[in-house]
Amino acid sequence: MYFVVAGAGEVGFHLAQALLESGHEITVIEADRRRANFVQEKLGSIVMNAAADEGRAQMEAGCSRADALIAVTGDDAKNLVICQLAKLRCHTPRVIARVNNPKNEIVFKTLGIDETISSTRVIMNVIEQELPSGGFMPLMSLAGSANELIEAEIAIGTPPAGKSVGSLRLPTDALVGGIIRKGKLLHADDDTKLEVGDRVMVFSPTVSESEVRKALFG
Amino acid sequence: MNIVIVGCGRVGGFLAGLLDSEGHRVSVVDIASTSPARAERAWFQHLPSSFKGETILGDGTDLEVLRQAGIEKADAFLALTEGDNRNLMAAQIAKKIFGLKQVIAKVNDPVRAQTYRDMGINTFSRTTILGTLLHAMLQDDREVGEVLMRKALAYEADMVHEPVKAR
Repeated sequence: MYFVVAGAGEVGFHLAQALLESGHEITVIEADRRRANFVQEKLGSIVMNAAADEGRAQMEAGCSRADALIAVTGDDAKNLVICQLAKLRCHTPRVIARVNNPKNEIVFKTLGIDETISSTRVIMNVIEQELPSGGFMPLMSLAGSANELIEAEIAIGTPPAGKSVGSLRLPTDALVGGIIRKGKLLHADDDTKLEVGDRVMVFSPTVSESEVRKALFG
Repeated sequence: MNIVIVGCGRVGGFLAGLLDSEGHRVSVVDIASTSPARAERAWFQHLPSSFKGETILGDGTDLEVLRQAGIEKADAFLALTEGDNRNLMAAQIAKKIFGLKQVIAKVNDPVRAQTYRDMGINTFSRTTILGTLLHAMLQDDREVGEVLMRKALAYEADMVHEPVKAR
């Protein structure tokens, strides 16, 4: 596949290297001449010294034939505009934006950039998975929509323990997709009773995450 | 009108002062820059001393900062920072998240200006607007520039008598 990587900082450089190693064709766009030279020395002539937020540079980099563009600069506003320009002007079928400030994830989704990666969020998820109990984990954003999948473990003394799925006070547009009880996957019907230790899979709009948390943990 | 302006450089400060003097309710947002060159100067130094509106120090692409600036009750929003991308992000937030109708962004790159104008953001490129005006003056094309220049020169004459505010 052909990928365009916008920004060759630490993230961009290692991403480019990994994509090359897995046999993909790539172009890296980097505005800083010295950094561009450095990457060229390390990875070969796959670097364009240009501003990725300019339409002309994107055309030259071949964004219109790329399978995806990934914007990984350290500046959120720049990543947003890089992705939007690629979508609007080059019709790049898939654009992915790095989000430095996790608060911007929802903003980007509202502005039409469905796929975002926040390093803060990734690290938080890892930490939360390590926590012993009462975990509430947004597992993943669902591509192509502003929804996500959340996993939550029913803890002692929380509102849902011993109650039925139907009685959960979830936001109206959220739904329970299934329950994992003692390693087994169960259907989540309205009258399924929830037990302490159950892991509940909830599909929810990303913006309603805190309401889901409230419904499950009080 | 209630007006929120993000970016208080020369253009932002000038426009905020002008709208304020006409009786509009204006809030101005400018980022707390950490660069020493800017920190030495007073914040909001480009506002006239008569300015009665709100000044908010913060990031104009942050929803909380924008709420503080009263964006939820605003009739118009202008993004006038030095960064095209920041202006475009702030303007889209104003339009798509807060639902404002009158949204204007300063975008110096003509390509980006045109792309986002097609998306419904009112963009102004200094490059093409100033360039066109200068070209018209050189061609002695009075139709294009005369009214604008007369207004601009009158504002300038007013501003000369206006002491600059230090905050």
